[in-house]
Amino acid sequence: MQTRPDSQPTLIRFEDVSLRYRQPDAAVDALVLQNLSFAIPAGGFRWLTGPSGAGKTSVLNLITRAARPASGRIHLFGLDAANLNRRETALLRRRIGVVYQDFRLLGHLSVFDNIALPTRIARWPEPRIQADVTDLLGWTGLKEKSACRPAQLSGGEQQRVAFARAVVGQPKLLVADEPTGNLDDAQAERLLLLILALNRLGTTVVVATHNARLIARHPAPVLELAAGRLRPADA
Amino acid sequence: MPDRIDPLGLRVAYRDRLLPLLIAAQAFLAGLAIAGVFAASALAQSWQAAGQLTVQVIAPDDAAASGKTTRRAAVLRILAATPELSNLHELSHSELENLLRPWLGGDAASLGLPLPAVITAGWTGGSPDRLRAALTAAAPGTLLDTGAAWAARVAALTASFRACAVAVLITVAAVAAALVALATRAGLAASREAIAIIAGLGALDSDIAGRFAARGAGRAAAGAAAGALLALPMLLWLAALAAPFGAAAPAADGLPPALLAALAAIIPAAAVIGWVTTQLTVRGWLRGLG
Repeated sequence: MQTRPDSQPTLIRFEDVSLRYRQPDAAVDALVLQNLSFAIPAGGFRWLTGPSGAGKTSVLNLITRAARPASGRIHLFGLDAANLNRRETALLRRRIGVVYQDFRLLGHLSVFDNIALPTRIARWPEPRIQADVTDLLGWTGLKEKSACRPAQLSGGEQQRVAFARAVVGQPKLLVADEPTGNLDDAQAERLLLLILALNRLGTTVVVATHNARLIARHPAPVLELAAGRLRPADA
Repeated sequence: MPDRIDPLGLRVAYRDRLLPLLIAAQAFLAGLAIAGVFAASALAQSWQAAGQLTVQVIAPDDAAASGKTTRRAAVLRILAATPELSNLHELSHSELENLLRPWLGGDAASLGLPLPAVITAGWTGGSPDRLRAALTAAAPGTLLDTGAAWAARVAALTASFRACAVAVLITVAAVAAALVALATRAGLAASREAIAIIAGLGALDSDIAGRFAARGAGRAAAGAAAGALLALPMLLWLAALAAPFGAAAPAADGLPPALLAALAAIIPAAAVIGWVTTQLTVRGWLRGLG
């Protein structure tokens, strides 16, 4: 796989980042990530891997500002994330497409409206939304399901809706949490090819997965987590 | 088809159907309190502005101080020449008897009681001391009463009534705000996941709070409109009851335009309370969301 050289400006930089989660019944907060340091250049592709519970989703939560580090610094798009106010954080999130492991689709909205949500939040003109979402419905093979509710879809179809919603806003950064977890091999391969196509068009991509076969088929730099720590690249 | 009315899909998060009913009840109470303020103000104004003056001429048929006429005639002449007086009326013998019968248990003549001449009039002047002096000079022992002490007590009573009504209004507004806040928090809690998703996709706090606030204001306004309408028949009935107490009080055949305007103002006031409360509640809740 081709990835852009690290001479590109850095899009994500973690400096000695740790993360704790408050545990309701415990006296001490759980330390889920410890002293993570890494950088991803703009246009780069990184696999984020490790066993379940290693902290993959936590890293993605830190990138999307769904969680705040207990210590260390995170730079996103050249900005120190700690200095962002709520409005700036929201605007930063618009530049990030996220495919959640559990899809996080809105059950009361149609497939079309779920996909269109980021563009409506960003107040795109409706004709542009109509055109882009319709294109994406065709691209992901969901045209016939446009008016369906998520509950009427299979797991694979929901995964594709989640992917379409993540990319409809043409994000500079795409983070995906086990995006192929609910797909068979053929569907997983197809979705990954879509992600790689976006990466080739310049989108920085971070994909969290524990699927070693998928990583083997598409070699790229790997951030490997074990018990909340980043393993050295040569380990 | 895309949902253009509710593009963020937040309508579902604010479904509380009970809120308009509860706001309607508050608006109904607010309507009564406002009417109370108006009625108290109108009654106080009418009683204080059109002060009644009563003159009692003892031994009215005796000779006046001048000796040229009766005491009654001398007093009436002075009263008729006083420009601050209006609607002069000397109570007839039967009117006096009717007035005294409850106290005397029979008519004054059969009891051998001499009756004074009683003259009533409207008094728009200030202190009646000069008039009192003139009457006493013409017919010594003549009594003049403006009811100032009674009017002062009435004024104090109506002022306290108005204060109570204002306190009721403030309480009603506070309860309405609390109801809106509770309904909003219930809606937020029920839709926590959907809102977290929308916030995660980059929605601004102002976007989310604005959607909620628009619905909160709409529901509060709808409830207030219903409550104000329901208050109207009650106010018309109360106006009919209050009609005998003063011309400036609400009339039996309708409500003063100012009161109707105040009732109508409950609706935008409720909308503002709903909008502001919802905005504050949602923004506070979103800060807690992270």
